[in-house]
Amino acid sequence: MGCGRVGAALATMLSRDGHEVTVLDTNADSFRRLPPEFTGRRQVGNGIDQDVLARIGVGEADAFIAVTQGDNRNVMATQMAKHLFGVSRALCRIYDPIREQIYRELGLETISPTLMGARLLKETLYGKPGEAQKAAT
Amino acid sequence: MYIIVVGGGKVGYYLAKELVESPEGHEVLVIEKDGAKCERIVEELGDIALRGDGCEAATMEVAGFGRADMVIAVTGDDEDNLVSCQVAKVRFNVPRTIARINNPKNKEIFRRLGIDTTISATAAILAQIEQELPTHPLIPLLSLSGGLEIVGLKVPSSSAVVGKRINELLLPHQSLIALVIDREGTPRVPGPETVIQAEDEIVAVTRTENQDTMRAALTASSTGPGASR
Repeated sequence: MGCGRVGAALATMLSRDGHEVTVLDTNADSFRRLPPEFTGRRQVGNGIDQDVLARIGVGEADAFIAVTQGDNRNVMATQMAKHLFGVSRALCRIYDPIREQIYRELGLETISPTLMGARLLKETLYGKPGEAQKAAT
Repeated sequence: MYIIVVGGGKVGYYLAKELVESPEGHEVLVIEKDGAKCERIVEELGDIALRGDGCEAATMEVAGFGRADMVIAVTGDDEDNLVSCQVAKVRFNVPRTIARINNPKNKEIFRRLGIDTTISATAAILAQIEQELPTHPLIPLLSLSGGLEIVGLKVPSSSAVVGKRINELLLPHQSLIALVIDREGTPRVPGPETVIQAEDEIVAVTRTENQDTMRAALTASSTGPGASR
């Protein structure tokens, strides 16, 4: 759910690994980020509407991943996938680290790129200049 | 009571106003992201607005969610109202949370996720429409002389008259059932022993002023709210 840079890249990787992938976005224009090699389905719709989730077949999915720009949208859609549709793996990106911690405690599999990004930058800064360059290339 | 209102739009503004003016004398705080809306609240209602994101734990800390008796989330977005109430419950142990929802179908998931009450304007309007436009209306077909009317109606399967004989029915004054058309479309002139079936189309004569009573007599369910009317 969410075909931004991260969503499109992730969908492409998973599709390349041989998984059956559906990408959901409220705006059909976002699908331009998907490369031609992406073989999965593209669906337009709002992921926090349970009728939309039902229509795209979330009930049959093994995993649901929400990576829209809105933390709250991600949180709500992921909880719907988990609690209404029984999806066993429900992953969700939450920028706000405090909210991320709260929802991790509530049983969602959460990722906060904010803390991860900060940590990476710090490690790069403290690391030897050569290593940082190596990591970047 | 200390009541926190999340969202200072039209709903939040009037809600806060009513709460502030109520004789119970509640302590009210409105959390609103938009600076101009905050200013308006402060100008009109006093110093009861906090500018910030009602889903952000840091703002919630400053707002004193920890001592709130009730949190009411009335932003225009269901997902924001959900998260505000969930964090209030989980993180700040707020005893009572109320969320406004736009999509009436969100009622169930909000309940499962621990929100105490949901309020949907959509659902409220729908209920009103159903009340004002009955799903089984009595259709006036022809006006006769002397204030009599020929009317048509389909008997709902929930109606208490299903399975009853015509002579058991309690119809209003100067009313009678003239024709019964069954589900297969076969018309019959009913006798006193004719049994009414679900989905029968009935053509009846009644007085103009008795139409509502006639409709109730033929459609009210034995247990539903219409039974007592």
